[in-house]
Amino acid sequence: MKTLLIIKREYLTRVRKRSFIIMTLLIPVIFIGMSFLIGYLAVGSTSKKTVVVNDQSSLFKNKLENKNNLIFVFENATSQELKQAVKDDQYDGFLSIPDFDKDAKVKFELYSKDQLGIETENDISDQLNHVLVEERMKTAGLSTSDLEKIQKNTISLKSINDKGEEGNAISSYAIGYGSGMVLYFFMLFYGMSVMRSVMEEKTNRIAEIIVSSVKPFQLMLGKIIGVALVGLTQFLIWIAFILILGTAFLGTMHFSGDTINAANTANTPDLMGGFNILMASTNWISIGLWFLFYFLGGYFLYAALYAAVGSLVNEDAQESQQFTLPITAPIIIGFVLMTSAIRDPNSGLAIFGSLFPLTSPIVMMARIPFGVPAWQLATSAILLVLGFVLTTLLAAKIYRTGILMYGKKITFKEIGKWLFIKKR
Amino acid sequence: MTLLSVQNLIKYYATQKAVDDISFDISKGSIFGLLGPNGAGKSTLLRMITGIFYQDSGKILLNGEILDAEKHTSKMGYMPEERGLYKKMKIGEQAIYLAQLKGLSKKEAIERSKDWFRRLDMVTWWDKKVEDLSKGMSQKLQFVITVIHQPELLILDEPFSGLDPVNANVLKEEIFRLAQEGTTIIFSTHRMEQVEEICDQIALINLGKKVLDGKVAQIKQDFKGNMFSLEMENIFVTPPEGIDILKQEGNHLLFHLKENATSNAVLQYYLNQGNQIHSFKEILPTLNEIFIRQVQGTKDSREFLS
Repeated sequence: MKTLLIIKREYLTRVRKRSFIIMTLLIPVIFIGMSFLIGYLAVGSTSKKTVVVNDQSSLFKNKLENKNNLIFVFENATSQELKQAVKDDQYDGFLSIPDFDKDAKVKFELYSKDQLGIETENDISDQLNHVLVEERMKTAGLSTSDLEKIQKNTISLKSINDKGEEGNAISSYAIGYGSGMVLYFFMLFYGMSVMRSVMEEKTNRIAEIIVSSVKPFQLMLGKIIGVALVGLTQFLIWIAFILILGTAFLGTMHFSGDTINAANTANTPDLMGGFNILMASTNWISIGLWFLFYFLGGYFLYAALYAAVGSLVNEDAQESQQFTLPITAPIIIGFVLMTSAIRDPNSGLAIFGSLFPLTSPIVMMARIPFGVPAWQLATSAILLVLGFVLTTLLAAKIYRTGILMYGKKITFKEIGKWLFIKKR
Repeated sequence: MTLLSVQNLIKYYATQKAVDDISFDISKGSIFGLLGPNGAGKSTLLRMITGIFYQDSGKILLNGEILDAEKHTSKMGYMPEERGLYKKMKIGEQAIYLAQLKGLSKKEAIERSKDWFRRLDMVTWWDKKVEDLSKGMSQKLQFVITVIHQPELLILDEPFSGLDPVNANVLKEEIFRLAQEGTTIIFSTHRMEQVEEICDQIALINLGKKVLDGKVAQIKQDFKGNMFSLEMENIFVTPPEGIDILKQEGNHLLFHLKENATSNAVLQYYLNQGNQIHSFKEILPTLNEIFIRQVQGTKDSREFLS
């Protein structure tokens, strides 16, 4: 069948290009590199800060620990002198502690030339509060070990759904966010690839020749499917890549224990637990399959629209902007909806976003790790399929005429005619 | 035998008739020229014959059957006015791909591509990309792609535009050869010399309407102005009654033959005088002159109401 010929050509042309190979190999490398970089930054990038403290309450002296790149120096000078010392760069900050009422809410002044940053400020206030709490406990007659026992967080949560499966909000968050992001980027990327190809064929007139041999619909469909296959090939290569590198990474995890620890204390304590569940979860297959479905469904829906837009372009690239924007907008909206759906997977907005075909790929993928009722999944899937069938039919009508229309300025009114007036 | 029959074709662009009730027939194996000024509707007409555009009313019959673009695609070869090819694709590969789209098997496509490349001296360029070709070379390639599947009907839109004399000649030879082998060829042009040299039949289109149609020889006959040229020893003798002298110079007499006079009588007249005759012939108008005469006084460009 001729469409197969076209699919084959579209696929081979792209896969053999140098840019494909480079991009396919480069992106995982960049991705992993970035992860390392983030890990590294979490550990050691904050510079040392020295804070001079004037403690009028005598409560804190020798009780504040020098850790986390924070050093406390106690001085008995006047505020003015110490402020000057900070101005002279002797210290990074000056903490003024007056004699205060231990039971009231108080605000201590932290004077600095430049802001010390949220992390540092939190470190300082955490330590101050910690000391005060200990003091209160002592007054109440408790020792430090008693204190520790009381304060220990012994309870953690384990979320289980109907099937008795163990869930974990953190890992779900990560997977949901990750797949939403990937879908967002790749629907845009491959959609635009289709658009550019259509534009090229129109401007260098090869379209006319092809259309004298096959129906415009065959050309459009062949192109869309060909590009889809390129995307799938790329994903397959990446999955293989990640599996190979992932197992190598896990094997060398012991020497980067610091990295994990730092990430541990810096963020939420359940990250390690989440990570373990992430790796061991058997839901990978189900998530993977849904990812495939939504990638293809969303891609087909948008690729058709992008093909239609590409066929409308003239010499003036500026004009095509007015057509490209309405297509890209729903994708971006989908992304925004996703970020809210991640926080509240069962809100009305999340449900709507995951059913509406223009946004469902991104939003539903984000919800899936949290568990979605079967009827919602089914409805969303059916709507998406209907969605891309509809956009493909619409796009075909526009593409078929647009691709041969040169020179004349194409308006929305004109397009309306193509869609609704029956052609032979 | 009529290969292609175009009947009362009408096509609108917005509210303007781009093609306004045009009909003609083309016999199999003939070379048909479609002439007309820019914007006359030639390209639109050709695209309808190819099946790329649909007419708003009228019929197109190929071999007596209603034209069905999908069914008949393998029988037609179309070369658009603006040459179009994938710039970054290697030309050998591209020729094979496009031939397959026309319905040839892969094996056939490869065989014939190589054949044509050899014939047109393009073999060394097989692996080059289109963007690396010279203009003449890319037009040869375009031509190969148009004929590679041995279409019955060849549709060429301004095939000679931009060609240097050498390549124009190569193209002309190929067109002749193909016609002799039975291919029917229709091409649009405004280069009259080519038309007179090659075409059996022509149609002249202006502002979407057909102005002239018929065999070249016939049209020239129809438009002749009864002009004759006579070369003889002494041209300054008294002329006979039946002629109006248009020009007298050296040995050459150019005259217009009046209504009731015959050319033989005039020749007889001078012969009887004992005047030495060197040559005597009728001057037929060139297609160029006919073209200009027909088209002059009408607007050259199209006005779109919108």
